[in-house]
Amino acid sequence: MNIKITKYYYGDIPEEKSAGSTYQSAQDATTWPLWEIFIRSKQGLDHKHVGSLHAADAAMAMENARDVYTRRQEGVSIWVVESKYITASNPEEAGELYEPAVDKIYRHPTFYILPDEVNYM
Amino acid sequence: MSIQNFEQHFQAQIDNEIKIEPKDWMPEAYRKTNIRQISQHAHSEIVGMLPEGNWISRAPSLKRKAILIAKAQDEAGHGLYLYSAAETLGMSRDEMIADLHSGKAKYSSIFNYPTLSWADVGAIGWLVDGAAIMNQVMLTRTSYGPYARAMVRICKEESFHQRQGFESLLVLSKGTAEQKAMCQDAINRWWWPSLMMFGPKDTESTNSDQSMKWKIKRKTNDELRQNFVDMIAEQIKVLGMKLPDNKLNWNEQRKHYDFGEINWDEFWAVVKGNGPCNKQRLAARRKAHEEGRWVREAAMAYTEKKKSKSSLEAA
Ligand SMILES: [Fe+2]
Ligand SMILES: [Fe+2]
Repeated sequence: MNIKITKYYYGDIPEEKSAGSTYQSAQDATTWPLWEIFIRSKQGLDHKHVGSLHAADAAMAMENARDVYTRRQEGVSIWVVESKYITASNPEEAGELYEPAVDKIYRHPTFYILPDEVNYM
Repeated sequence: MSIQNFEQHFQAQIDNEIKIEPKDWMPEAYRKTNIRQISQHAHSEIVGMLPEGNWISRAPSLKRKAILIAKAQDEAGHGLYLYSAAETLGMSRDEMIADLHSGKAKYSSIFNYPTLSWADVGAIGWLVDGAAIMNQVMLTRTSYGPYARAMVRICKEESFHQRQGFESLLVLSKGTAEQKAMCQDAINRWWWPSLMMFGPKDTESTNSDQSMKWKIKRKTNDELRQNFVDMIAEQIKVLGMKLPDNKLNWNEQRKHYDFGEINWDEFWAVVKGNGPCNKQRLAARRKAHEEGRWVREAAMAYTEKKKSKSSLEAA
């Protein structure tokens, strides 16, 4: 039996074969700022950081966040914050910031030994 | 702390499975390796839309067309997650895009092969996304936090890509004689390039040792490739098709499939820019970027205008 299958070359075949290139693209005059995206996955839960994206303004950041982060119903509410407004703690200061809590075990309920009769406190 | 102490502390963190986050101290080479790998990965997602995009307007049914559009949109999203992860290491998006367009940055060579028939779309989903998933599942446990998180998100979306590809081939494999031939032909052309996706052999791969020590990678190229062969060699039986490798054989001792030698000359030729579609892929990316410039600039001008208006009103 003689089977013929059609292969389409249009739109997907090289004009010529060549290696390397010296292409230099022009620089954009401006760049869109970076935004951090927070999503509430369902009513009753906190907004959680999911990632970031570039957008010209808040409305565009919102639209892009919808398209990128909620294509499969991952959210019911979106917050967008321009990244430059976020102040982050410095990992090198972790010691001063978090270590003082280490020896304050009396802040935890398990520190207190109560008689068995006092259930569920 | 001295540099050596910093390095010891860093390695200890990694050995203890503590993730590295953007503001943590890290060796310069760790930063560079991650930037290179993550941005290459991002470029692959973006360029990867082109061979499949070629078939969106010619998909055989509305259902297949909707599926293909959804897949391409996912890949754009994957590119974005990865660019964002790379940006946290201090390289700007613009620099990364410029490196892609100048040819300095690489992307996965698989996307330099043409999509000649509709069956290629199925073969890409099954084999190419399938190979990518092996790598990506490993990377959900990579040591750099933002990269690992991006991978978790990506892996959730990838499994539909592979399944739709296999299902599409399954339909062809039960079709007319022409459809069956088309299915086999696509598998013949995509099989070897898919195996090449895992990169050079472990004995030839220069970056591998350090990347394993830093847990950027957690399995070697050859391990991943073997896992892939074992998986596909079983799945192809369901299709009733054949892989184009007469050395493919179950090895009872190794509990793995043996397979033939990859054509490494072809591999290096494509990496170096001499694949069938290298030139065209880059040209398509540059064109999109150049022709989109006025839109990007207009959007920013509009934002500036709104800002100055509202500050005038406030005054
Ligand atoms: Fe992807
Ligand atoms: Fe995919």
